[in-house]
Amino acid sequence: MKRVYVSRDMASVALGADEVAHAFEAAGCEVVRTGSRGLFSIEPLVEVESEGKRIGFGPVGPADIAAVLDGSHEARLGDVAALPFFAGQQRFTFARCGVIDPLSLKDYAEHGGWRGLETARGMTPQAVVDAVKASGLRGRGGAGFPTGIKWQTVLDAVSDAKFIVCNADEGDSGTFADRMLVEGDPFCLIEGMAIAGHAVGASHGYIYIRSEYPFAIAAMREAIQLSAERTAPFTLEVRVGAGAYVCGEETALLESIEGKRGQVRAKPPLPALAGLFGRPTVINNLLSLAAVPFILAEGAKAYADVGFGRSRGTIPVQLAGNVKHGGLYEIGFGITLGELVNDIGGGTASGRPVRAVQVGGPLGAYFPPSMFDLPFDYEAFAQAGGLIGHAGITVFDDSVDMAHMARFAMEFCAVESCGKCTPCRIGSTRGVEVMDRIIAARDSATVVQAGRNWEGYLQKALNSRTPDRIDTGLEAQTALLRDLCDTMKHGSLCALGGFTPYPVLSALDHFPEDFGAKSPVKEAAE
Amino acid sequence: MSYTRETDHGTPPAISTGRSVTLTIDGDTVTMPEGTSIMRAASLTGCSIPKLCATDNVESFGSCRLCLVEVEGRNGYPASCTTPIAEGMVVRTQSERLKQLRRGVMELYISDHPLDCLTCPANGDCELQEQAGAVGLRDVRYGYDGATNMGQAKDRSNPYFDFDPSKCIVCSRCVRACDEVQGTFALTIEGRGFDSRVSPSQGRDFLSSECVSCGACVQACPTATLTEKKVVEIGTPDRAVVTTCAYCGVGCTFRAEMRGEELVRMVPWKDGKANHGHSCVKGRFAWGYAQHRDRILKPMIRASVDEPWREVSWEEAIAHTASEFRRIQAKYGTRSIGGITSSRCTNEETFLVQKLIRQGFGNNNVDTCARVCHSPTGYGLKTTFGTSAGTQDFDSVMQADVILVIGANPTDGHPVFASRMKKRLRQGAKLIVIDPRRIDLVKSPHVEASHHLPLRPGTNVAMLTALAHVIVTEKLYDEAFIRDRCDWDEFAEWADFVSEPQRSPEAVEPLTGVKATEVRAAARLYATGGNGAIYYGLGVTEHSQGSSTVMAIANLAMATGNIGREGVGVNPLRGQNNVQGACDMGSFPHEFSGYRHVSDDAVRGQFEQAWGVTLDAEPGLRIPNMLDAATDGTFKGIFIQGEDILQSDPNTHHVAAGLAAMECVVVQDLFLNETANYAHVFLPGSTFLEKDGTFTNAERRIQRVRRVMAPLNGHADWQIVQLVAQAMGLGWSYAHPSEIMDEIAALTPTFAGVHYDRLDAEGSLQWPANDAAPDGTPTMHIGGFVRGRGKFVVTDYVPTDEKTGPRFPLLLTTGRILSQYNVGAQTRRTANAAWHPEDRLEIHPNDAENRGISDGDWVSLKSRAGETSLRALITERVAPGVVYTTFHHPDTQANVITTDYSDWATNCPEYKVTAVQVMRSNGPSDWQRDYAEQARHSRRIAPLEAAE
Repeated sequence: MKRVYVSRDMASVALGADEVAHAFEAAGCEVVRTGSRGLFSIEPLVEVESEGKRIGFGPVGPADIAAVLDGSHEARLGDVAALPFFAGQQRFTFARCGVIDPLSLKDYAEHGGWRGLETARGMTPQAVVDAVKASGLRGRGGAGFPTGIKWQTVLDAVSDAKFIVCNADEGDSGTFADRMLVEGDPFCLIEGMAIAGHAVGASHGYIYIRSEYPFAIAAMREAIQLSAERTAPFTLEVRVGAGAYVCGEETALLESIEGKRGQVRAKPPLPALAGLFGRPTVINNLLSLAAVPFILAEGAKAYADVGFGRSRGTIPVQLAGNVKHGGLYEIGFGITLGELVNDIGGGTASGRPVRAVQVGGPLGAYFPPSMFDLPFDYEAFAQAGGLIGHAGITVFDDSVDMAHMARFAMEFCAVESCGKCTPCRIGSTRGVEVMDRIIAARDSATVVQAGRNWEGYLQKALNSRTPDRIDTGLEAQTALLRDLCDTMKHGSLCALGGFTPYPVLSALDHFPEDFGAKSPVKEAAE
Repeated sequence: MSYTRETDHGTPPAISTGRSVTLTIDGDTVTMPEGTSIMRAASLTGCSIPKLCATDNVESFGSCRLCLVEVEGRNGYPASCTTPIAEGMVVRTQSERLKQLRRGVMELYISDHPLDCLTCPANGDCELQEQAGAVGLRDVRYGYDGATNMGQAKDRSNPYFDFDPSKCIVCSRCVRACDEVQGTFALTIEGRGFDSRVSPSQGRDFLSSECVSCGACVQACPTATLTEKKVVEIGTPDRAVVTTCAYCGVGCTFRAEMRGEELVRMVPWKDGKANHGHSCVKGRFAWGYAQHRDRILKPMIRASVDEPWREVSWEEAIAHTASEFRRIQAKYGTRSIGGITSSRCTNEETFLVQKLIRQGFGNNNVDTCARVCHSPTGYGLKTTFGTSAGTQDFDSVMQADVILVIGANPTDGHPVFASRMKKRLRQGAKLIVIDPRRIDLVKSPHVEASHHLPLRPGTNVAMLTALAHVIVTEKLYDEAFIRDRCDWDEFAEWADFVSEPQRSPEAVEPLTGVKATEVRAAARLYATGGNGAIYYGLGVTEHSQGSSTVMAIANLAMATGNIGREGVGVNPLRGQNNVQGACDMGSFPHEFSGYRHVSDDAVRGQFEQAWGVTLDAEPGLRIPNMLDAATDGTFKGIFIQGEDILQSDPNTHHVAAGLAAMECVVVQDLFLNETANYAHVFLPGSTFLEKDGTFTNAERRIQRVRRVMAPLNGHADWQIVQLVAQAMGLGWSYAHPSEIMDEIAALTPTFAGVHYDRLDAEGSLQWPANDAAPDGTPTMHIGGFVRGRGKFVVTDYVPTDEKTGPRFPLLLTTGRILSQYNVGAQTRRTANAAWHPEDRLEIHPNDAENRGISDGDWVSLKSRAGETSLRALITERVAPGVVYTTFHHPDTQANVITTDYSDWATNCPEYKVTAVQVMRSNGPSDWQRDYAEQARHSRRIAPLEAAE
């Protein structure tokens, strides 16, 4: 009986992997469902085992079974790992993803699983924390705070209970690394959390997964059950989000787990000292926790040897948007934006020139190709007015209207705001209105009428003494937009309101012509 | 005092760690307790940081973003409310950059706020207005035609305050006050982002929501979003006077905020040590009775109760009163008259009434309404500990680990203390409730009793002894404490008694109806759960074994060592504002002030010397004895100040007969109450707003009552008593209540250190306050009991004679409700009627179904004493076999039903157990109709009649 490997990852399934898998089963094959290897242009990918080797074919449809089995299919890829997209990667965290059956304890163990936990359990908690510190691992949720220092704080805190919380509320558009790992190698996360539990003295952990990831939730729950004996006495449970982006913010996430309205808490106190249910809590991004088994198994040095500047280790970059080869690319820090977009991503899917990329999700900055030599590094991006965030890169071609993208950023913030702090609650709505005025002023001479909702206008007018006594000109509104961004960036309680100015200001700074300003670049070109 | 708002430091004081931190704020070096916020530290040094969402009675929240500051060496602009101070920190609260950020935030606020300041009720008293000025906002560049939250309908459903969501800035102060201060969790923020709105319950109006109308939200609101209707009507106040609430025994202090002679609002005083800036619906809002048209402002007399009242001058009324009392004494003897002091009046007034009786009447026929509530507390705690009062201050509950509530319903009866208790429970303290009803504390938001023991009414002693049985037989008692502080032999005797098998939880389960396993678990929790504090109410005292129950409670506390320090103790929750004080002042027929027996020659000699007369060494008559003597024809005249014995005392028919048999009944009250139907002289009383004096609350705290307006009747109550005394030939000449307090202090050792100047300076004092305890006594019996060694008293359970049977198969117990107070004379004359317009009979669904009773049906309630009718409320709050009602409304007259059984030691009536039958009826009973007619008849006032 032939053994074939087909991904059960949500993205692969969306591309037809289930139908393909059923067809192979019908043809009498043993089908092993794996996670995704992470290159979507070859999904659904089928790997056929023969003589201990796996030969890849992709993309494949249900009608292609015979051709795949006899090896004649034109989409034959050979050894998938040897493809250029994969050969250049440094898969520390995602080594098993796409290779093993995600819910097979046997597969996991055979592919190096549990070695990190075993090593950790042979060490003192302080030694484990020291190893994580030495690895240089920093928070992969975007803030880049050194993970080992956070753990040290929790380890040093005295309490009757401590918790490990995994933030898998992956809400950034264009990101999918968390989902891929939970669907493709959930034991890796479990192992990472068990190590964290040992390191800080926590006996229970929560994995907070967004409700939009039903496959991940199911996989995680099953994996927790299957590995319970292995991780005991450390226990885990899954908590499902309810669709609020802001619950990806760590304190709002803790509120949500506690059963409260998902609203940001002011810090201090730090969650490391008073987190979940007021107890010291390690709250880490999924990718931070999933990096830990490698660090313990292979040594902190092996991890720290890779990287750039103060950004050590690898980062699973997610290429999305208008890009030819979208997918997950794990690589040491330091690779340039241009390499990622052009060399690995292959430019736009539409074939038109790349005009902008947004790095770090909807709250990340837009960069023009002129900045593509920027190395992937926390400090370099911060210096360039941007952020790495969760390492999502969204590519846009030259048909993009950057003023609309700035408006979208404000609108996104308005829709997702929890409503607690004033700059975000009112500012984002005002931001949309200011952008509407800018776009209207750019597009035509009629200004204020554009966005006005005439219904109830009289009521509003009665509520205000001087309804229209404002300068709606481009210059004034652009200045107001900058002031608003300043208030939001420095005044907001959390990163949602605080980072919304990044896409807005970067769009304004790098693409002023889309905001009605005369572009010096264009002038020069003319 | 002119009007200034109380300083708001923005965040509460830090929880003390004993350490302090030195930092620099705007160049000044300051040292503050560790854990203090930058905002509070700055405020305490006199530098105010702009703020909107911060207020110092709730935890910091960090949402408004106006209070941003710069901290050297830190990135960004931390919010000063949520950032604690740190050693060596250098803070700047003012800079160009901060101005810019604050103005940016304010510009956003104002872009969604109506600009109607000039006509807004909060004009001049609005934090948004003030802060907009403080940050120098001059222009709103967003215009006013964008999205807004304005134009939403106002919610005017609450009788006392309006909710205008258009003015809301979503600071969540109201929500947090409801959660943290009141603990009701009635408010929430609905929606997200720009659509976030304050919502009572889930999208209800205030009146129909879970809101208990404590007003904490109104007080917390920085704008006009939540505004008292009185402020809308009158305007903002121009002066404020601190005084003490005249409702329950918690003794909340308030700033009475006035505009001219008009009271605008009562704002709980943050420095009030009993209430810490909180209040309930009664204290904050229900003071409208003070100006109610039913108030009688002119003295009246009549020869017979069948005649209409005749308004007379003060001179005539006083002279008539004095001559009637002298005439009766001449005819029937010195002991043929007496009087009743009021637990609602001040200490000074109460002292004067008992002085009038002892000095002027020449007998000891004085009693007080504590007779019908906490007299067993006095007896029981005096016997076991040596003092007739609770052992703790209210703050002590914040140190308690296990709270045992028995026969009390704090969320209704003592709501402000209940909020503190709930706060402690939310912090993790455990709760045991012993009560026939499932009171709110048993389960309410974020509070749940570990054990609820729903015992059958009348079985308290059996229950408490069963708890003691577990503690003794499982050796959970504190032997070291008992050996050190009590008499070991007495303990051993008591321990043998409670250990007998017939007193085990299993043996008494058939009596109490409570599962033995629950009783055992509760006993273990109380004995071993850390600091155990007992709080009890009238469900303990108003029984035939009331005094035994109090002593059984004291036994438990002593056996477990839960006495003599913070967080423990035995705490009666006193019903009326000054019931503690009335007892302290010598209102009982056998005791002078300070609980000293009248037969004590030394003490009596002191009073005789001070008052210049010979005093009676024989204890006088208690209220029920006075009434008995009246029907026997030997007691003929009574002076009743501020108590409505006809409605509040048991067995109304008996009370009525006693009053009817007297020749001169003098009633001094605000209103023509039910007792006044039998009166011959009516002397108008004054409200707490109209006089000076002191009240003593349930924690023995003496606090000032201050006159905020002139007495509408022309005289404060103490002046009226003085007029009567002078007319009877006593040479009293008090110019001010402080002189009365000086006399009390001179004659009462526990009050020796109490003087008005100290009360004014320190806010309050807890007695004993004397040379031994110069600063008063928050916690009693530290180191040793007042009586020496704590006394264990064997409390054998004796079932009450009031038993259910075929004719009266159900047990009635009575109580009260949050919005109404006592007989309702005050609260019924306020808008509180919105919540409790009538008394209802709570009945279990099973009992209702057996009788074909539906919710809201009229039912007759009948005991061997009498019958009345009221409407039914079907609820599982009461157990099958138990029915419950309140006694707030004279139309119902619940006390027609109650019997004249009473406590064996003190005659405290057995209100809490009456065997009754309940049946459907067609409406009010004949008796109720007759009574209503008689009341109408006896309340006629002649001049009005003449005008017709």
